[in-house]
Amino acid sequence: MFSRIWMPLLAAVVAGMAGLADPQAAQAAWDLDMPVGKTVLADEIMSLHHLILIICTVVCIGVFAFAFYTMFVCRRSRGAKAAQFSHSTTAEIIWTVIPTLILVAMAVPSARTIINLEDTSGADMSIKVTGYQWKWSYDYLNEDKFFYSTMDRASNAASQRGSGIDPATVEHYLRNVDNPMVVPVNKKIRLLMTSNDVIHSWWVPELYIKKDANPGFVNEAWFEATETGVYRGQCTELCGRGHGFMPVVVVVVTEPEYQDWLAGRLAWNQVEQQLMATSISNETGDTTLAALQDK
Amino acid sequence: MTDHTAAAHDDHHDEPPARFVDRWLFTTNHKDIGTLYLIFSLTMFFTGGLMALVIRAELFQPGLQFVDPQFFNSMTTMHALLMVFGAVMPAFVGLANWLIPMMIGAPDMALPRMNNWSFWILPFAFSMLLLTLLMPGGAPAGGWTLYPPLVLQTGDAFPFMVFAVHLMGASSIMGSINVIVTIMNMRAPGMTLMRMPLFCWAWLITAYLLIAVMPVLAGAVTMLLTDKYFGTSFFNAAGGGDPVLFQHVFWFFGHPEVYIMILPAFGVVSQIIPTFSRKPLFGYTSMVYATASIAFLSFIVWAHHMFTTGMPIAGQLFFMLSTMLIAIPTAVKIFNWLATMWRGELTFETPMLFSIAFVLLFTIGGFSGLMLAIAPADYQYHDTYFVVAHFHYVLVPGAIFSLMAATYYWLPKWTGRMYNEKLGKLHFWLSLIGVNVLFFPQHFLGLAGMPRRIPDYPTQFADFNMISSIGAFMFGFSQLLFVLVIWNCVRGGRKATDQVWDGAKGLEWTLPSPAPYHSFNEPPVIK
Repeated sequence: MFSRIWMPLLAAVVAGMAGLADPQAAQAAWDLDMPVGKTVLADEIMSLHHLILIICTVVCIGVFAFAFYTMFVCRRSRGAKAAQFSHSTTAEIIWTVIPTLILVAMAVPSARTIINLEDTSGADMSIKVTGYQWKWSYDYLNEDKFFYSTMDRASNAASQRGSGIDPATVEHYLRNVDNPMVVPVNKKIRLLMTSNDVIHSWWVPELYIKKDANPGFVNEAWFEATETGVYRGQCTELCGRGHGFMPVVVVVVTEPEYQDWLAGRLAWNQVEQQLMATSISNETGDTTLAALQDK
Repeated sequence: MTDHTAAAHDDHHDEPPARFVDRWLFTTNHKDIGTLYLIFSLTMFFTGGLMALVIRAELFQPGLQFVDPQFFNSMTTMHALLMVFGAVMPAFVGLANWLIPMMIGAPDMALPRMNNWSFWILPFAFSMLLLTLLMPGGAPAGGWTLYPPLVLQTGDAFPFMVFAVHLMGASSIMGSINVIVTIMNMRAPGMTLMRMPLFCWAWLITAYLLIAVMPVLAGAVTMLLTDKYFGTSFFNAAGGGDPVLFQHVFWFFGHPEVYIMILPAFGVVSQIIPTFSRKPLFGYTSMVYATASIAFLSFIVWAHHMFTTGMPIAGQLFFMLSTMLIAIPTAVKIFNWLATMWRGELTFETPMLFSIAFVLLFTIGGFSGLMLAIAPADYQYHDTYFVVAHFHYVLVPGAIFSLMAATYYWLPKWTGRMYNEKLGKLHFWLSLIGVNVLFFPQHFLGLAGMPRRIPDYPTQFADFNMISSIGAFMFGFSQLLFVLVIWNCVRGGRKATDQVWDGAKGLEWTLPSPAPYHSFNEPPVIK
């Protein structure tokens, strides 16, 4: 019956939501839920997600349970005889009003979160993000910093058809770049998104930010990371042949490290080598550049 | 047409024309045209399904094994265009052709020659679309949503794709005009609108949706055409246009379009569940109003596909709230179906199995849709596999399962013979398991961060993708059983009675099985 397939899966969703799945294992292969966010708004969005997921799952289980109960009890093989009722105004009013109330309960917190999500005022710094087929560029406004961010060579080599390279041997396959965006922790970063050719979309799951980069227009988005670390994502708007191959990598560092990087005291190749060599640090959570350099 | 000429006309045509070409190419008979539609859509279902298997084979494991990324994008694009416009929509038009005249006691569709034309456009439209696979630059690869500027990078295939979309639109518009004119004018005396089977109601509302939005799609693709070849700048910022404008126009078509694919499915299920519950449909009136409300709401929710494009807060709030409203009439429908089954006398023949699976799995798809409506959370879900899982849940165990239910349910009426119930049930169980193994893990992939429409993926997504691909092949090959069952039923089998199912109610079941070439030449008496 359905239940054999459904109940374990639904149970798994609930378990995932309840945090029984290890929240630290953001890279785990069997993740059932969103990664835990590392920004000031992430908790708010995630709890909203959990609220609706729980409501939907509970109602869904109720519907399934009622259906299976009916199928079991009201079957001809058990000698059931059909009643001939065809409507009940009371029942219909009840099951119109209750969903309406549930929806209102969902709508109120959602509206509040949208307003916060769109509030880009009071940003500490702004970065212009431009999408290209198939790479990103980051322009630090008011700083002398502009660079392109392209998928790393190891991923590129392994992703060629018939390359013979096992993607499992490549560190952060398809989610690694030559030059990541570097930003300071606990600062409100405003992103100005645009594109040079077709529409792209900039997404980092752990930073809970996704925004389209439209050619000829500028979109705004913001995030404030609460933890240092390396956060990885991908382009999420189909942009042609290389759509799967334009990763987004954001390195969140402490303010002094950020200043070092900005002043050129911390070079790209250092950062890159350290990132490649110590990618495990992402899992241990200790990802300040200082920690990387000590190793 | 006077009664006199209609009778004289029919006197000469009680049997189908003897010559193959006369019967099928020049046919104006609603049953033959219905059959043509159904065979055509089954062909497209398998062609589009083959493309889906190319996609799932490539995604079986990380790395690129079989196809170039550009060809992969062509596959996702063509799979969607074929399934939406070639499989699901024509299949429902085929059902409408077969069933609406028999359900309302009419001799045929109101506009039989236009009926012939609206069908015969389709093979040309889809041949043209499929032949673009052989053109320089390959088939369209910008996604079925055809977003500019990417779609303008299509090679020689571009104008052919635009023309194919125009033809499909013309065919759909003609088909829906026919449905509306037939239902409005040709109901037997006593068949008031509120006595019609719910399938007719669902199709009547769907037909209005089609007439309203197919011209919008035609306008959108025409603007793409002039942008590419005639120097206009509708969607080009450098010339004062806006690429996001296309998305607004497309989804103003696109959201009603998804209801065009599901409302007739609601109609089918509303016929089948009462039959096998041996009970009247619960809340007929509220079902009609719920269907109409869903259709109305479909026009004011389109931008929920576009929360990440950079919309004002007021826009996001409006589209979030209007989308959430759709959950109410949809919930009413689900509860009504369950209440129809409650205290019934249930038996579980193949059509009923597919219908129950429809109700339950559509509930899952509906709930993930509600989650997607919540704008702040949608920022995370948008354009990930969560969305892929959502719309496949409403389209495969939704629309497609209802089509299979309909086929099993009315096949004995069409062929005069019973299908093999054992094979039918086997087909159901394999499809049910396959479809869930295929699409359920995709929810997890999306939440974990896998974008849609990518030919290759980071290694942490490998396990669920492999499971999903296994499900895909299981579901895909199970459909061969469907063809086998239909083939066997057409070729032979136990004679079906006129009523076929002991709980079946409605005019079509008063006709002999198989239904005669011309039925209801004299309008039936409706009590």
